[in-house]
Amino acid sequence: MEHYDDKASVILELLHRDCRCSLEQIATMTNLPVDEVAGIIDALEKNHVILGYGARINWDEANGADAVTAYIELRVTPQRDLGYDRIAERIYQYPEVKAINLMSGSYDFGITVEGRNIREVAQFVSEHLAAMESVIGTATHFVLKRYKYDGVICAPPSKDERQVISL
Amino acid sequence: MRNMKELLNSAVQAIPPSGIRRFFDIAAEMEDAISLGVGEPDFVTPWHIRDEGIYSLEKGKTHYTSNAGLKELRTEICNYLNRRFSLRYDPLSQVVVTVGGSEAIDLFLRAVLEPGDEVLIPEPCFVCYRPITSLAGGVPVSIVTKAENEFRLTPDELKAAITPKTKVLVLPFPNNPTGAVMRKEHLDAIAEVLSGTDILVLADEIYAELTYGNEAHISIASIPEMYERTVLISGFSKAYAMTGWRLGYACGHPDLIAAMTKVHQFAIMSAPTLAQYAAIEALKNGDADIAMMREEYDRRRHTIVSGFNDMGLECFEPEGAFYAFPSIQSTGLNSNDFCEKLLYDKKVAVVPGTAFGESGEGFVRCSYAYSVQNIQEALNRIEAFVKHR
Repeated sequence: MEHYDDKASVILELLHRDCRCSLEQIATMTNLPVDEVAGIIDALEKNHVILGYGARINWDEANGADAVTAYIELRVTPQRDLGYDRIAERIYQYPEVKAINLMSGSYDFGITVEGRNIREVAQFVSEHLAAMESVIGTATHFVLKRYKYDGVICAPPSKDERQVISL
Repeated sequence: MRNMKELLNSAVQAIPPSGIRRFFDIAAEMEDAISLGVGEPDFVTPWHIRDEGIYSLEKGKTHYTSNAGLKELRTEICNYLNRRFSLRYDPLSQVVVTVGGSEAIDLFLRAVLEPGDEVLIPEPCFVCYRPITSLAGGVPVSIVTKAENEFRLTPDELKAAITPKTKVLVLPFPNNPTGAVMRKEHLDAIAEVLSGTDILVLADEIYAELTYGNEAHISIASIPEMYERTVLISGFSKAYAMTGWRLGYACGHPDLIAAMTKVHQFAIMSAPTLAQYAAIEALKNGDADIAMMREEYDRRRHTIVSGFNDMGLECFEPEGAFYAFPSIQSTGLNSNDFCEKLLYDKKVAVVPGTAFGESGEGFVRCSYAYSVQNIQEALNRIEAFVKHR
């Protein structure tokens, strides 16, 4: 099981870095048979470890001023018997919600919301999030500029500056 | 202008220019050229190490250090060598911090060679040993390592090269350009040949952290009979992606290190202070960085080696460093022509094996210190080049 986990974590790392990497390329890089790589990926998909395959997009570049992202701190009163999960379930159903995490510290949920403009996001927060009966407070922070996203620096990589040297 | 060449030192004049530069000067001017030529990590020095260097400047650590290097750095070097390779050195008398491993090689050869002393150099190898030997008054003697021996130095080859004038054996493993390594049994066999002689060993282990597979690097200095006669040379360039910081070190017998430090103190004074503070951080907290980079190189290694073998260019599996050394003999071209035609036809720059000694004829060196995408594109172009021959 431990060995399987090692292989799986390497494959996950490669897919996370570049999900367009082919089975054959992964097999070569990891020195594993293609069939084994395919089997591991199948298992990871079935077990919901791999949730999907998508590109990391610098939306600032893609949309210009046509989209805004907000990070919302939400304070709630957990529901009896159901704790925080029931509240989270109600929140993550909204398509505007791109991510939601239960947090330690001074607020309960950290929520990433996307909309076409500030008004749309503000409306969503006031009409849907703040209006929920369990919610006792919100704080909305709009993203002004994205520097690094999911481990990737948004600025274009600098060109290879290694110079010719006698070694 | 007056021709000044007649005033130059004859030993310097006799040194041929490096064979590596030529192709890359051409490639640098070509649009869309891809290089597999650079012999340094593509990683940037890990941030916590850079940050420590910056912090040392903020604190005003801008003075010389002691000639042998910061005591704390020498102590950390000893701790590291003990932790990683079971080697024990005294930081006060057995370590000198140098400007890269190359300076340490120069110091050692200058400190020990008398005119006419022979230095045994297994080839193909890094380009500096021959010229430095010549400049120090020694005589470089090549030992040709062979693909069928996985480019390792064999005891028979060593025995055949030893003469009464042999003073030094260079052991450059893991090897640039072949990627060959010497495992324990191979080093034991070499040690057996050397025992009973006074031959010193220059163990250039700059790629020690970049070995692949289940077996870790072993230093010849860890063999008890070899410890005193071996000067271990290493540095921070390859393991921590710190090439531009120019920091290396040598460890060995106190008499040898004292002599090397004497040369160093007059030629260099001390290694850069900024780099020394950064290196302390690297040694204390950089093991995870090494592991991350090694894993990444290993994936690229599999990609490039299988790529060459699949296209019919036989490539022995390198177990160390970050170079593949495929044979191009099946193309009917010599190393130089292969590289030149490949560059002009497909805009891919690789280094002819002959840049690392005549024994490199029939091979080319391809660095995999490049992204997988870069390697893959280069392999596609090389395959197209080979198929149309």
